[in-house]
Amino acid sequence: MCVRCTQTLASLSSTTSSVTNFDIETLVAPARPDRTGADISAPVLPVDLRVTGLAKSFAGTPIFKDVSFGLSRGEAVAIVGANGTGKSTLLRCLMGLIPADAGSIDVLGTDVRGASNAALRAMRAQMGLVSQKHNLVPRLSVLSNVVQGLLGQKPGLRHWSQAFAPAPSREAALAALEKVGLAHLASRRADRLSGGQSQRVAIARALVGQPKILIADEPTASLDPAAGEDVMDLFFALARQEGVTVIFISHNIDHALQYGDRVLGLAQGGMPLDARAAGLSAEELRGLYD
Amino acid sequence: MTDTSLTAGLPTRYERPSALAFLGYALGVVIILWSFAGAGFSIDKVISSPPRFADFLDRAFPPNVEPKVLARLGWKMLETLQIALAGAVIGIILSVPVALLAARGLIAPTWINQIVRTGLGFIRAVPDIAWALVFVVAVGLGPFAGMLAIAIDTIGFCGRFFADDMEAADKGPSESLTATGARKLDVVACATIPAAMPAFISTSLFATEKAVRSSTILGLVGAGGIGIELKVGFDLFDYPTAMTVILMIAVVVISIEYLSGWARTKIIGEQR
Repeated sequence: MCVRCTQTLASLSSTTSSVTNFDIETLVAPARPDRTGADISAPVLPVDLRVTGLAKSFAGTPIFKDVSFGLSRGEAVAIVGANGTGKSTLLRCLMGLIPADAGSIDVLGTDVRGASNAALRAMRAQMGLVSQKHNLVPRLSVLSNVVQGLLGQKPGLRHWSQAFAPAPSREAALAALEKVGLAHLASRRADRLSGGQSQRVAIARALVGQPKILIADEPTASLDPAAGEDVMDLFFALARQEGVTVIFISHNIDHALQYGDRVLGLAQGGMPLDARAAGLSAEELRGLYD
Repeated sequence: MTDTSLTAGLPTRYERPSALAFLGYALGVVIILWSFAGAGFSIDKVISSPPRFADFLDRAFPPNVEPKVLARLGWKMLETLQIALAGAVIGIILSVPVALLAARGLIAPTWINQIVRTGLGFIRAVPDIAWALVFVVAVGLGPFAGMLAIAIDTIGFCGRFFADDMEAADKGPSESLTATGARKLDVVACATIPAAMPAFISTSLFATEKAVRSSTILGLVGAGGIGIELKVGFDLFDYPTAMTVILMIAVVVISIEYLSGWARTKIIGEQR
């Protein structure tokens, strides 16, 4: 494991043990192992996300049904499964980007299925999304792309471009770019970046609003292996540094085991696997793809 | 040597059409022939027209290049370009909000999309020359009527295509911004419109070319521009001056097409 991850894991244990805000629903978080398998914390943590009996189908074809799980604050959960098992669909249901057919989704105290548009926007303003493709706006500058990450919290014309943005927003965007090591490219057009750089900017955009939950949908899918490793290391180092709850999809079993505290496996229209990463082997996960 | 067991499985080169498809083709041919009959298509006239056309060319050439005439036509051509440019710019600007209402799945509900799209369809269905006639009645003879005709014609064209361009724009950036909690209007302004911008620019340049072509004939109905000179030239059998007008229009329209192509490459470049 990289030195940066070791340091951030250590800082995470101190962060999570100092959580005192229990005014929202809580549960006993699964024991958090370090990479050697030893427990480093077992605190009672707020639940950031709870899904119960979730079902979704497209045009009458069921994608998954009866999916239930919860995420406690600061946890990193990997979702694995073969193509077509509904991993991306599940994430989009969690954010209310597509409607689920049945079940309940509670994210940061918001009932996603019953929420108004305004409530959904308020919930999403506390979340960040990093997609397979970076999804930057190509003709705008890097800084403008990151400033737009604040639109959920600060809607309106002033955050349409870095040129109109108030000084604190521009500074926050530059600080986010600094964290991903790309502050020197702030004024470059987004379509002039390499794939790895673009994905780093996407991470900065997701982090600039200081989200409580980060969602990553195969963030390394469009990158070569070396750039993919860099992006994953950076993504998780920053997420753990900020104490953010992470839910990510990966087809890379090693990534799922290395970066996830827990692994959820989707297969055959359900979620047959919900286990701690430390107790899982790569072989067991490969079984989900059979 | 050919493997006969393999060639036996080859599909036929041409599929035999079904009876229904055959009936459809036959009906298509009948409609085309019927249209030729309705249009008064006559081989005799086609054969007899070249001598008459040659006679026109003989009377029209050489074109009238008297300095006084060239100066008058030049000013009229300039007015034509002004009508085209002013009308196209107003039309393009107004097309953006109209297209936002027409585009499905952006900011307006489906029933509004349908109403706006139907309205745009109506605008396109009415020819620009008919719009010019309407505006001549509304605001009087002159270039202002022509400009309004060009503006409304541009809205019909750009409103539809801008809406289609936004519907077809890459949805990735929009989804990423929606996921931050951004409002629909912010998402459209920050992700959808920038993603559709190359297509907007291309459509706008085509609309400007179209406006220049249209503006050259609006004068026929008194809506300003060089068209009136063409009408007067033919009415007075002053074919040399009419030919000068035709050549002037051709030069300007072709130049605008080249200029538009150059601008498209410079502005959009490899982004298309």
